[in-house]
Amino acid sequence: MFQLSETHQEILKMARAFADKELTPVAAALDREHRYPAEQVKKLAELGLMGVAVPEDQGGAGLDNLAYAIAMEEVARGCASTAVVMSVNNSLYCDPVMRYATVEQKQRWLAPFASGTKLGCFALTEPGNGSDAGAASCTATLVSDSSGEMWELNGTKAWITNAYEADAAIVFATTDKALKHKGISAFLVPMSGPGGAPKGLSLGKKEDKLGIRASSTANLIFEGCRIPKANLLGEPGAGFKIARGTLDGGRIGIAAQALGIAQAALETAVAYAKERKAFGEPIAKLQAIQFKLADMAMRLEAARLLTWRAATLKDQGAKYTKEAAMAKLAASETSTFVAHQAIQVLGGNGYVTEYPVERHYRDARITEIYEGTSEIQRLVIAGAVLKEG
Amino acid sequence: MLTDVPLTDEQRFIWESSARFARERVAPDAAKRDREHRFPFDLVSELAQLGLLGVKVPVDQGGSGADMTSYVLAISEIARACASTAVTMAVSNLVADILSRFASTTQRDRWLAPFLAGKLGPASFALSEPGSGSDAAALQTTAVKDGDAYVLNGSKQWITNGTHASFHILFARVVDGPGPHPPGSRGITCFVVERGAKGLDAGIEERKMGLRSSNTAQLHLTDVRVPADNVVGEAGKGYAVALAGLDTGRIGIAAQSLGIMEAALAEGVRYAKERKAFGKTLAEQQATQFAIADSRTELEQSWLLTLRAAAFRDRGAERTAMASSMAKLFSTEACGRVVDRMLQIHGGYGYVEDYPIERLYRDARVTRIYEGTSEVQRIVIARELLVR
Repeated sequence: MFQLSETHQEILKMARAFADKELTPVAAALDREHRYPAEQVKKLAELGLMGVAVPEDQGGAGLDNLAYAIAMEEVARGCASTAVVMSVNNSLYCDPVMRYATVEQKQRWLAPFASGTKLGCFALTEPGNGSDAGAASCTATLVSDSSGEMWELNGTKAWITNAYEADAAIVFATTDKALKHKGISAFLVPMSGPGGAPKGLSLGKKEDKLGIRASSTANLIFEGCRIPKANLLGEPGAGFKIARGTLDGGRIGIAAQALGIAQAALETAVAYAKERKAFGEPIAKLQAIQFKLADMAMRLEAARLLTWRAATLKDQGAKYTKEAAMAKLAASETSTFVAHQAIQVLGGNGYVTEYPVERHYRDARITEIYEGTSEIQRLVIAGAVLKEG
Repeated sequence: MLTDVPLTDEQRFIWESSARFARERVAPDAAKRDREHRFPFDLVSELAQLGLLGVKVPVDQGGSGADMTSYVLAISEIARACASTAVTMAVSNLVADILSRFASTTQRDRWLAPFLAGKLGPASFALSEPGSGSDAAALQTTAVKDGDAYVLNGSKQWITNGTHASFHILFARVVDGPGPHPPGSRGITCFVVERGAKGLDAGIEERKMGLRSSNTAQLHLTDVRVPADNVVGEAGKGYAVALAGLDTGRIGIAAQSLGIMEAALAEGVRYAKERKAFGKTLAEQQATQFAIADSRTELEQSWLLTLRAAAFRDRGAERTAMASSMAKLFSTEACGRVVDRMLQIHGGYGYVEDYPIERLYRDARVTRIYEGTSEVQRIVIARELLVR
């Protein structure tokens, strides 16, 4: 349990080498220019990292969730924006399609995405409900027109990562309001390709964010947007269940992203502490600095163990909701802690863009918010503990 | 305990038998022993019968021949019932390990075998002194060779089991005569000093904030003659013997913290489900839920770090020292936070002896101090980080 298999060690090495060569050198520029990492994502796809846990015959790399977590950390260590693009495609798009799509649907909606030719996004949150996903106000109504029976979508989805680049979205909408969260269904909505985005779907402005600036985030606005009846994902009314299960897995991805950001910040701080002198010696000789570095490394390791454990449980087909919440909570709070302390070690140099830690600090902050805030993770964990105890 | 950690049959056996023993024999009188500052002599001999005084000592030397993971599981279960008994057990295992690894066959026959069989009662590990704790190499107790014996002078501080030990694994610096003595670890030698040796005074028992049914004493040595045959390992090479027990000691205290946390969390959850305020149980209120969520998360991280350190130690992995320090630092500090949060859930009831959380709170505090303070663990971790 506390030793990676050879396969996982290989994945780690490969992802690390990729990040060192292709991501770390450009991360600052991508961030500064708010530029989507198109080339980098293409290379990730070539390495199989856009569909890590999807079987090979469905376009993926045929690996497991532990491999995904390991690769995710390394990619995030290089560039957190690229990591979130990868995370959304793997965890939030491919995973539910793999689990809930019919064989027929998978040909169109899975293989090209798992192989990274196309990019997916996930539209659950709305302007008026985030953590409280059961309160969805977006609707889907079955209507008939010249093309036959169609779902008509109305409403707005908010904070959608990859919105500007995605070729498809999984969209959650209420099909039966009376059933509340049991009346929510999931839909596969095209956003590009031969037919282009369907009429009635438009994008909001790109959000101007504190961090992960190289990834796009925007609203999806549905105004009488019609999609074929066959685009329902899973059973009608299964949307809430699909979303919940998907977010459990997504939390492992975000935990791993948070670890990568923290690892990068720690490495920067360690290197800086050895170089920078104060009072006639490197600041690494000062206990005040040593103790910060020790706490950073320790908390990082503790969060990494939770993350790998949650991934392992998912791979075993065991229940892992509580463990994924713990991993996400610990890793994201560790990430903001480590990035904060790294700035402190660098002093003024930590506050300017010549060094990467101000970006790590900004990038880390979102990990405590998306895919369930820290507060939601605590509710999930407490619910499980109180049920057990 | 984490139910998803794969265990071998042997690990499971030791875990389950420790848990049963803890539940049936250790837990029932733990509060009473604490109140009376009463040392659990009977439990020490029962631990011996169960093979828990020398968990890692090979079977042919009278131990259980198990691994560090088994040791962690055993200590945590005993600590969940009674942290005092757990530290008594931890020191016993430290003594047994040292004799097993460094003592001659004759010495093992004389002290190790009867100790593990429960015939000698408790033993102690006497390294710290009034003026040297974390900085152990600065110890001042001297040993001067005189014929076929050494004459020892000095004082030892914070010696767990000190008053009741039938023998002490005691560290002193071999010197030619009166000081000043060489700095550093030069000359440090490991001795077995038996109870009743002339000039050995087991001093006065400390009155402690917690761990009150464990014994902690000063040892004063005035011209104590110790036969040269009682030197464990080579004379002058004792510092390595002292250090050899560090990882086990730290992992053991991490495990003790796990047990205290498990107990505290169970108490907090139980109370939160019963107690009502503003028409709802505390468990139904977010403030309580968050305290429980943070505590369980930190406890599971502590488990993973501690089991990882144990696995590293068992397979002789590089960076076992760093892994052990991380396990000890994280677990003991998490333990402090967990007992504090769980006491807070109890409100005023947490502050009185009627509920176990008051004892758990007191017991937790020392885990951040002994076997290397939190500060020493941070120094170890930082050193490793910075050399790479």
